[in-house]
Amino acid sequence: MAREIAIVSGKGGTGKTTITAAFIAISQNVIMADCDVDAPDLHILLQPDMNKTEEFVSSKVAVIDEATCTGCGVCESSCRFDAAHPPDINSISCEGCGVCELVCSEGAITMQDKVSGHIHESSTRFGPMVHAKLLPGEGNSGKLVTEVRRRGLQSAEKQGKDIVLIDGSPGIGCPVIATVTGLLLGVIVTEPTLSGMHDMKRVLSLMNQMRVKPMVIINKFDLNLDNTRDIEEFCKEDNVEILGRIPFDSIMTKSMIAGKTLPEFSPDHEIVGQLHEIWKRIEDYVKMTK
Amino acid sequence: MQAIINECDLLIITVASGKGGTGKTTVAVNLAISLGHANVLDCDVEEPNAHTLLHPEDIRITDVTVPTPVVDQEGCTLCGDCGKFCQFNAIFVGKTKVLVYDEICHSCGGCVLVCPEKAIEEKARKVGEIKSSKTGDVYLTYGDLNVGEPMAVPLIKAVKEHIVKREINILDAPPGTSCTVIETVQESDFVILVTEPTPFGLHDLMMTVGVLDRLDVPYGVIINRSTIGDNETVKFLKERGIQVIMEIPFDRRIAELYSRGEPFVNELPEYRAKFQEVVRHIEETVRNGT
Repeated sequence: MAREIAIVSGKGGTGKTTITAAFIAISQNVIMADCDVDAPDLHILLQPDMNKTEEFVSSKVAVIDEATCTGCGVCESSCRFDAAHPPDINSISCEGCGVCELVCSEGAITMQDKVSGHIHESSTRFGPMVHAKLLPGEGNSGKLVTEVRRRGLQSAEKQGKDIVLIDGSPGIGCPVIATVTGLLLGVIVTEPTLSGMHDMKRVLSLMNQMRVKPMVIINKFDLNLDNTRDIEEFCKEDNVEILGRIPFDSIMTKSMIAGKTLPEFSPDHEIVGQLHEIWKRIEDYVKMTK
Repeated sequence: MQAIINECDLLIITVASGKGGTGKTTVAVNLAISLGHANVLDCDVEEPNAHTLLHPEDIRITDVTVPTPVVDQEGCTLCGDCGKFCQFNAIFVGKTKVLVYDEICHSCGGCVLVCPEKAIEEKARKVGEIKSSKTGDVYLTYGDLNVGEPMAVPLIKAVKEHIVKREINILDAPPGTSCTVIETVQESDFVILVTEPTPFGLHDLMMTVGVLDRLDVPYGVIINRSTIGDNETVKFLKERGIQVIMEIPFDRRIAELYSRGEPFVNELPEYRAKFQEVVRHIEETVRNGT
């Protein structure tokens, strides 16, 4: 059975996707899974060929039959999500709970399947990739993330790969909980800003709650050396391994604009050397826990 | 500024972005400080960051609860109706008792309605806190979702209850375009989209623009770190006729100030006038629109 490693951050924009893509290019031997189903960006660097695209249906939405609806308003007063305004349903607010259907004495409401997003199984120049896109305004990100992970593991099984590498989303809510549940390892990419540290601590405590092993990469470490030291001390006290500190460098943006991963864009760059070492440590950890 | 506030009674400006880490919080807080007085509402309840720039003291804390079912095991006949009804798999009816999985319950109240024995009632369950404070003439309210809670929307609703009349309300949205973002932006008079001119920034900006067009909310774009990256973002905005309301060039000083938790308009006061200009623009747009 393949093992899953996710790159998360708490705060957005710390460099998750750039670093994930670099690891993919270095390893060339993982199944990649983009679990940032709300704002996926990994495909921009990996340019996947989509072999298979499927609709993701995991919830229902209420539909009112106008002809049967008497406008009595009982659905409106029972709906906790302010979605039922007979004869209309606000499909963005509707959570598909079915209470309106239950209380409607005229049988005018039915619950219908709702497409929440799309899921893609693709090939890239580095191997297979599973990714998805949640439709705007949808709230089923956790379920979609779980489905991406399921397919990632399936693909790993088929291809005989040991690692599924997951690009996570920012935050600590629904999609992140679904991303970190049951991981072998969660790598937190943080930055030495007050917000970066604040957000790292929250995602760290989520991982502790879920009993997931965390490790930390400090990106843009030279932006604030005092804060970098604080992060290091905090991690030391909590027994969290720091995988490395990466300097602030315009190569991160330049490689992105070139549409390339860091190792492709500048194989001899110092940061690429560091990322090789970090990836080696991650692989060693995976081997060690077999 | 006072004129517009009296005219519309209520002004809500939301700062959003698709991609995380583009500078939403930086814009929201510096805008508020430049105006002299404003009501900042940090709706990124998973990872609230505005307080890391405003450093509030004397914080008033209120709990946010959601109704969650509690089953009276004595009265329960294990008929299974509640489990069958629940669309979210939050209730499991076993052979000897009923289990409720609090975190995945959406609080729709359906189980209470379907229970023939009236053996289910709802109790308030805490999912997070709302924190309110005042720094100078800037009011700040932010939500703090309990770590491990997947659902952020109830907390965002609670933050939004602190929107006040006759004041400029500045909402700091979470990243992405999912339910949490829609919940934040839907009643806004104007949305400021903060982006960075990189492929990731542009990709996520296009996504958000699509959502705002559907919601029919007026918006304009602030290009942050405008001197890094490429010209594709400007090209896209020009083609679509979307107005750039401000550009903030990349400046390491701004990044360093942010890392220390200092709003940059305090050190670089020349930006105050630019932010005031942004609000004047918004004022005009809102006035012409209504």
